[in-house]
Amino acid sequence: MIIGLVEHDRGVLEESSLQMLTFARGLAARMETSLTAVLVGPEARPLAESLKPYGMSNIILAEGDRLEHYAPEAWARVVLTLMEERRPEVVLAPGTDRGNEVMGHVGAKADLPMAANCSGMHPGDPFKVTRLRWGSSLLEEAVVEGDPRLATVALHVMEPEEASLFNEPTMEVFSPVFEDTDFRVRVTALEETVADGITLKTAPVVIGGGRGVGSEEGYAVLEELAGLVGGAVGGSRVATNNGWRPHSDQIGLTGNRIAPELYIACGISGAIQHMVGCKGAKRILVINNDPEAALFSKADYGVIGDLHEVLPAIIREIKKG
Amino acid sequence: MNILVCIKRVPDIGAKVELTGDRRAIVTRNLGFTISPHEECAVEEAVQWIEKDGGVSTVLTLGPDGAEEQLRDSLARGVDRGILLEVEEGEWDPGETARAIVEAIRAGGREGVGFDLFLFGNEAADTGDFQVGIRVAHALNLPCVTGIKHLELVDNKAVCKREVDSGWEVYEVPLPAVITVKEGINLPRYPSLRGTMKAKKKPVDRVRPERSGAGLQMLELSHPPEQGKKVEMLGEGSAAAPKVVELLKDLEVIPS
Repeated sequence: MIIGLVEHDRGVLEESSLQMLTFARGLAARMETSLTAVLVGPEARPLAESLKPYGMSNIILAEGDRLEHYAPEAWARVVLTLMEERRPEVVLAPGTDRGNEVMGHVGAKADLPMAANCSGMHPGDPFKVTRLRWGSSLLEEAVVEGDPRLATVALHVMEPEEASLFNEPTMEVFSPVFEDTDFRVRVTALEETVADGITLKTAPVVIGGGRGVGSEEGYAVLEELAGLVGGAVGGSRVATNNGWRPHSDQIGLTGNRIAPELYIACGISGAIQHMVGCKGAKRILVINNDPEAALFSKADYGVIGDLHEVLPAIIREIKKG
Repeated sequence: MNILVCIKRVPDIGAKVELTGDRRAIVTRNLGFTISPHEECAVEEAVQWIEKDGGVSTVLTLGPDGAEEQLRDSLARGVDRGILLEVEEGEWDPGETARAIVEAIRAGGREGVGFDLFLFGNEAADTGDFQVGIRVAHALNLPCVTGIKHLELVDNKAVCKREVDSGWEVYEVPLPAVITVKEGINLPRYPSLRGTMKAKKKPVDRVRPERSGAGLQMLELSHPPEQGKKVEMLGEGSAAAPKVVELLKDLEVIPS
């Protein structure tokens, strides 16, 4: 049996969980075993229906009156109890903040290794996995030990795909016995922020500035272009570490991962730290005065020149109509 | 307040990484090393809280002899003392790393574990395991909050905020606690010249931990397949502007 821990936020299914279930179904077929999906919390019950097309033999709804708010150790307790009772061969969760956190707790409590952000699995003895390193810039082949094997599935290695044929899964309500410490860390409040206007994550065009921008004030020209094309402005880690832009504007391994239709990268050399954040862009236009800048080799379009010359010229050209 | 901050030394990679002949490491001959980004912020957070509330901060890393450089860098930013868990070059998996850290904490601890707050990065830039802090917390039977971008310490409690798509999740835990932070929680300072001078005199203890067995064993590294893109050059300097605008129209970014 493979257990797939489904992530949701207060009853809203995360797409990453459907990616994980698609991955898990393929693995179950190769291992000639069954797939069980696990949902935690009272708000998760209505989600069961939408999981069914992804092809599993069993859906377990873990319920309990204290599961209303996310508590990582309580979610881990659900998995640990199922591990004892059902003896799965593999336990998977999506490679999200929560997925990695819960599986980290499971690994710690059970004293088992946990392989985070796997893009592939090669079951057998030894059991091998492929993991992402440096935000997917390198791949690692590794052996993972333990019974069961614990892992999270990296995001977007597989897009969600419904099973061509599937049987109606059995549904089961499951109430594990919790300890008080399972709830010592839990969400005690939620502060909602309302996104005003266009954000880096939703903008169809993103304009990024790096070392070449040179100063906080230097971003004015990027902002002006963004205003004309309905885009959002971001920066490389150099820009946020220098205090030119707030960290929330960072595009990169330790910032935002963007996926706009067009990314215009200005004065950015193209370090791996930055590429991890912008490689989801459909098209990349690079403006850089260094023709050797690494980002040109990842770009669709390029302009060699100083952004402080090129961007004002583009703005004038747009205004000309 | 007594804070332990755990960091990792990672190569300061640029745009390309080259692998060694056995494909088990990155060629670092021409690279510098740095503190992994989230942990750089953990160091800054420790220094800021000690500056505010008083107390002692300690920085710990598990790494080769050269990792003293990252400890000294932390000391130059204001941390008081360092502990190097000195190991041979080569990787320790997250379980082994956590066990070695716990052993060092217990060995140096006074009155239980001795620390009020344990700061880690949410995940290391290179291996991205997301779990060393969690494993240490369990071994010490402490609460652990991960991925934190805002921290308040009041009345012997930690009020922590984690950024999610819809806003911020708030967690509140009693101290002592383990908190793993993300870059963005603060803007790390650069070490000052004075700080760097003072750091040379600060104590760094060295301990040689025993290996306890890795359950996650790296076999080899590889590059993901290249997309093989061919860049279309649109020109040089301001002369390229008409072609760029033409492109923006073709892509329907602006009306044609």
